[in-house]
Amino acid sequence: MAFTLPSLPFSKSALEPIISAETLEFHYGKHHQAYVNNLNGLVDGKPEANRTLEDLIMSAEGGVFNNAAQVWNHSFYWNCLKPGGGGRPSGALAAAIDRDFGSFDAFKEEFSAAAAKLFGSGWAWLVLADDKLKIVQTSNADLPMKHMQTALLTIDVWEHAYYIDYRNARPKYIEAVFDNLLNWEFAEQNLARA
Amino acid sequence: MAFTLPELPYACDALEPYIDARTMEIHHSKHHAGYVAKLNAALEGVKGFDGKSVEDILRNIDAVPEAKRQAVINHGGGHANHSLFWQLMGPGKGGDPSRALAGAIDSELGGFATFKEKFADAAANRFGSGWAWLTRNGSGRLQILSTANQDSPLMDGHVPILGLDVWEHAYYLKYQNKRPEYIEAWWNVVDWAKANELYRAANG
Repeated sequence: MAFTLPSLPFSKSALEPIISAETLEFHYGKHHQAYVNNLNGLVDGKPEANRTLEDLIMSAEGGVFNNAAQVWNHSFYWNCLKPGGGGRPSGALAAAIDRDFGSFDAFKEEFSAAAAKLFGSGWAWLVLADDKLKIVQTSNADLPMKHMQTALLTIDVWEHAYYIDYRNARPKYIEAVFDNLLNWEFAEQNLARA
Repeated sequence: MAFTLPELPYACDALEPYIDARTMEIHHSKHHAGYVAKLNAALEGVKGFDGKSVEDILRNIDAVPEAKRQAVINHGGGHANHSLFWQLMGPGKGGDPSRALAGAIDSELGGFATFKEKFADAAANRFGSGWAWLTRNGSGRLQILSTANQDSPLMDGHVPILGLDVWEHAYYLKYQNKRPEYIEAWWNVVDWAKANELYRAANG
């Protein structure tokens, strides 16, 4: 059973003007698809082909890990975005953010700085680790589950995520996504399940 | 004396159609300039580095205080790598390597065609951001390698002879996800005379 590209939870133009349809054509249609294709090519005819994506992420290294993790990361990232998103979390997540970062504004500043400062390609995450919320950065394909952390929310800071729309201005992309697209309901569900 | 951004040795549109003017402009005036500014910020107030070249600093990276070291690896590497990259390209270049370097590629790397294939593989297979390199290694032999992010081969005792930037910012506006097409096009702008000069200096 081959790994497949999940459908986007919105249309390619739904995130305009924050993230253009052109960016999603490439980011979803080419990059995410290529990770799926590369993974299938690497595991074809091997026992790994019958394992779950999470299993492969936890056990594999090298190309299988990179492609499996990038399949997972991108599927997760699409769910962290929605048209008309942004705003603030509510309920248990809002309370946990206040408890662990002091305030939502302090969280926003720390999360945005982590995303802006990650050197090279990678991701910034809000995670749950040892019953506390934390902000972490990962390089390339690396992801929280490999470090026994639960991902709640992410932003992709590979240059391909923003270069067409923002060129080198990564902080502008981060701020625009944070204020207009973040899907806090998804993050709240991730916390509730953890 | 703070580090400064070197001027491009040609106009931003000089490498068209292989590398577009918009990419060159942003790559030089934003990305490279950013590395210079952040390198200066990292070394501000740190004693013992006045007047040293960025290459010297990278060759002796352990001499940089630990609290500043990663910033110097990232931004000093970014400054050194890009400064070299601009010089290794030019309009109307390409073709085959010349003189001493051509002979060494034949005798040590199995010929130009084999070298090109292996170098292109190193560039295409670098996962995430980084560089592909042809270097003269510590044993005096040519070597193909790739480094992550802005890590400079100088830190490992290599002398760079040829370098190709495969950060997405180097090619995304024109080639998007098609990194192999960028690599293939790049051979048309390689300044082999400059590479040969670096090779001779490395052996001198």
